[in-house]
Amino acid sequence: MWLIDSSIGRKLIMSITGVFLVLFLLFHSLMNIVVIISPEGYNMICEFLGANWYAMIATSILAAGFVIHILYALFLTFQNMRARGAVKYALKKNQKEVEWTSQNMFILGTIVFGFLVLHLYNFWFKMQFVELSGHGDVSKAADGAYWVSQLFSSWIYCVVYIVWLSALWLHLTHGVWSALQSLGLNNKTWLPRVKTISNIISTIVILMFMSIPIYYLLGFGSGI
Amino acid sequence: MEKNINVTLKIWRQVGPNEKGKFETYKLDNVSTDSSFLEMMDVLNERLISERKVPIAFDHDCREGICGMCSLYINGHPHGPDGEITTCQLHMRNFKDGQTIVIEPWRSAAFPIIRDLMVDRGAFDKIIQAGGYVSINTGGVPDANSIPIAKVDADEAMDAASCIGCGACAAACKNSSAMLFVAAKVSQLALLPQGKVEAAHRAKAMVAKMDELGFGNCTNTGACEAECPKNVSISHIARLNREFLSAKFKD
Ligand code: HEM
Ligand code: SF4
Ligand code: FES
Repeated sequence: MWLIDSSIGRKLIMSITGVFLVLFLLFHSLMNIVVIISPEGYNMICEFLGANWYAMIATSILAAGFVIHILYALFLTFQNMRARGAVKYALKKNQKEVEWTSQNMFILGTIVFGFLVLHLYNFWFKMQFVELSGHGDVSKAADGAYWVSQLFSSWIYCVVYIVWLSALWLHLTHGVWSALQSLGLNNKTWLPRVKTISNIISTIVILMFMSIPIYYLLGFGSGI
Repeated sequence: MEKNINVTLKIWRQVGPNEKGKFETYKLDNVSTDSSFLEMMDVLNERLISERKVPIAFDHDCREGICGMCSLYINGHPHGPDGEITTCQLHMRNFKDGQTIVIEPWRSAAFPIIRDLMVDRGAFDKIIQAGGYVSINTGGVPDANSIPIAKVDADEAMDAASCIGCGACAAACKNSSAMLFVAAKVSQLALLPQGKVEAAHRAKAMVAKMDELGFGNCTNTGACEAECPKNVSISHIARLNREFLSAKFKD
């Protein structure tokens, strides 16, 4: 199967799952900033995306996207380490054109994954999971605004989320243009443009996410 | 301006592919800054021979930057710290008096060391072979301009064709990926009408060979382009991806 056997096929899977996750993030961040504008509106979205059949299908597809992306990341990274050979260079320097992020996608991904587990515990476990299993406080399962203000009333969590989002930002500044390059959607004229576009997309997504912990950190969210 | 410098060389010595290698340190005095890097290596080898020691094996041929035979990882860069040149075009004026220069072979699982600084780059030849032939109509010389080719395409194909197959791209890549080389070889033909006939087969066969020989997966770090002595652009890699993916989707 060429999607497993060939390097470009593997990169295709990596880039498609990556782009899919970016599209999800775009949706998720747009949804999230509603909590600043209107906590009631935010809770309506949470209600809508509870344990319904359509939300469950979307959640399963999303989970599959993550699993495939991570499995391929492990697979590719392992192969690449093996291709490098047993003896490493005693002295190796990078030209300034080589982005640090591009060389550390696996490390950044691992950091993102670690915080992702925490994030699922902070929200998903108390919301959709409670609805599904019936354990816990079902009355608060769709009260997203409550859980957000609860979590971010602690400045430590605000900082933790900001650090997490920074790592994700670094992953995306390389990831988005790299995905387009892997898909072959690039040429000499478009290379700098594609890089700029991907910087803009990742910065917008991350700023939308970050605005929430920053909002709470600055004390605006305490009234809710 | 010419002057003489003294340098310390830390050079990788390895007797054979399966032996353990190690660095040896050599002091070389009175090296002219006008001499080329490889001339400096020649002087060192002359000295080793006169001392009845085994000279250092390294690859070279044309010594004018066109054949792609020279290699060497010098102070952390393939073809040395200076940009857009091959090792044979590197001069000692790039180094300072008293400097230590670390010289290593290309390191990649797909380029096994033959001896000292010499590696087997036969993997690249195998990829070229896998690419197969190009159909041409033999016979009389065709009229000039009977096959129209846009200037941008001709230029782009020429840029790709400037690849000399030295292997610096795979040597510098953290994934040891040969994508820049393969992309250049696929692009130089895929852009021209003569190369279009076998284009799909060529892309598939060369990529399959590259994967089989144990090169890594490209993660678009761009180290290849930054270190390539011919400045081959990673936009060719996007073209290779395009050629390969569309060939596979057509199957
Ligand atoms: C929200 C989460 C994530 C998003 C939006 C995302 C997005 C992306 C994108 C767009 C790419 C570029 C694909 C390409 O170069 O073709 C990428 C590459 C990569 N991702 Fe992620 N990723 C996420 C999470 C993760 C996680 C959890 C890991 C794992 C440990 C990971 C590991 C990697 C690695 C190693 C690469 C480089 C692979 C390569 O370029 O060949 N990512 N990611
Ligand atoms: S692409 Fe550049 S670095 Fe790679 S083999 Fe060709 S000339 Fe050498
Ligand atoms: S010896 Fe021919 S390119 Fe350097």
